Amino acid sequence: MKHFFRKKSSCQVAKDRLKILLISDRVNCSPETMELIKADITKVISKYMKIDAENMDIQINAKGNKSGRGKTPILYANIPILDLHKQT
Amino acid sequence: MENNFSTDTKAKVSEVIVVTSGKGGVGKTTTSANVGTGLAKLGKKVCLIDTDIGLRNLDVVMGLENRIVYNLVDVVEGNCRIKQALIRDKRHPGLYLMPSAQTRDKSAVSPGQMVKVIDHLKEEFDYIILDCPAGIEQGFQNAIAGANRALVVTTPEVSAIRDADRIIGLLEANGFKQMDLIINRLRADMVKRGDMMSASDVVDILAIPLIGIIPDDENVVIATNQGDPLVGNDTPAGQAYANVVHRIEGKEVPFMNFERGVSFWTKVSGIFHKA
Repeated sequence: MKHFFRKKSSCQVAKDRLKILLISDRVNCSPETMELIKADITKVISKYMKIDAENMDIQINAKGNKSGRGKTPILYANIPILDLHKQT
Repeated sequence: MENNFSTDTKAKVSEVIVVTSGKGGVGKTTTSANVGTGLAKLGKKVCLIDTDIGLRNLDVVMGLENRIVYNLVDVVEGNCRIKQALIRDKRHPGLYLMPSAQTRDKSAVSPGQMVKVIDHLKEEFDYIILDCPAGIEQGFQNAIAGANRALVVTTPEVSAIRDADRIIGLLEANGFKQMDLIINRLRADMVKRGDMMSASDVVDILAIPLIGIIPDDENVVIATNQGDPLVGNDTPAGQAYANVVHRIEGKEVPFMNFERGVSFWTKVSGIFHKA
């Protein structure tokens, strides 16, 4: 019965490690660029609504659609909105 | 002796294939030698080019190291004509090797110069196979410059797959449309007990078409010792390489099943050894 509780096979470990590794390898975008993108997004959205720039989160994720090698990177942005109807 | 460089005016549609991997030691040179030899065995005119300047090895794997007079750098620098640097492999009509320089470094050749050399060779050959050096620096840039197709070689190991992924990204960025994957040194016994990624695991990760699975086979070492590529021989790797060659030619060849049970080949070779 011990077999059932054996740790993951080394093949599975390799696959799991590679999946994580390749996501960061494939995202060829420097942290500085990400900060610039974040600042610009904040500026644009702030024109229309009040957002919580402190807690906004942007990241590039390798989970894309099926074009190319099936992993077109996608830019995700989570932007908490403080006030939807900002009056100008 | 017939001159194979007659002025044949009809334009050939030649394929220029770069064999690359990123990581060193995964089998680029062995693959180049076997694919080139295999295509020549099918009657194609093939030119192998070793682009690994400073660390040439394709000549020894091919068993042609004693016949080098001029090399790629001599051609580029105008010390000789292209023809003079080509070594004809006497075992296979139509097979030629352009060796690399051993005493120079990668900066001796530029991508533009490579394209020029390849454009000349295209007039004579059906296939031009470029053995790419490891790494992603200038040697890699030189090797891919004139190619229109790539064979990406990897082994089922984390480090090799990671580097192959990087190479695929770079090839895509350089406009390569046709990239095919060769998984080298697969061990069916290890795959079976869950200690090696299977071919389909690797294909899932790298997401380019698979064109060959080469089993880990001691005959490769023996063939390299002897300087005689084993493609087409009655060995597991020899058969696997023969299949790769047919697939490059556009034929559909089913993949040998290395992953079912104890490898089929272990059984076959076991029978042979007993007999």
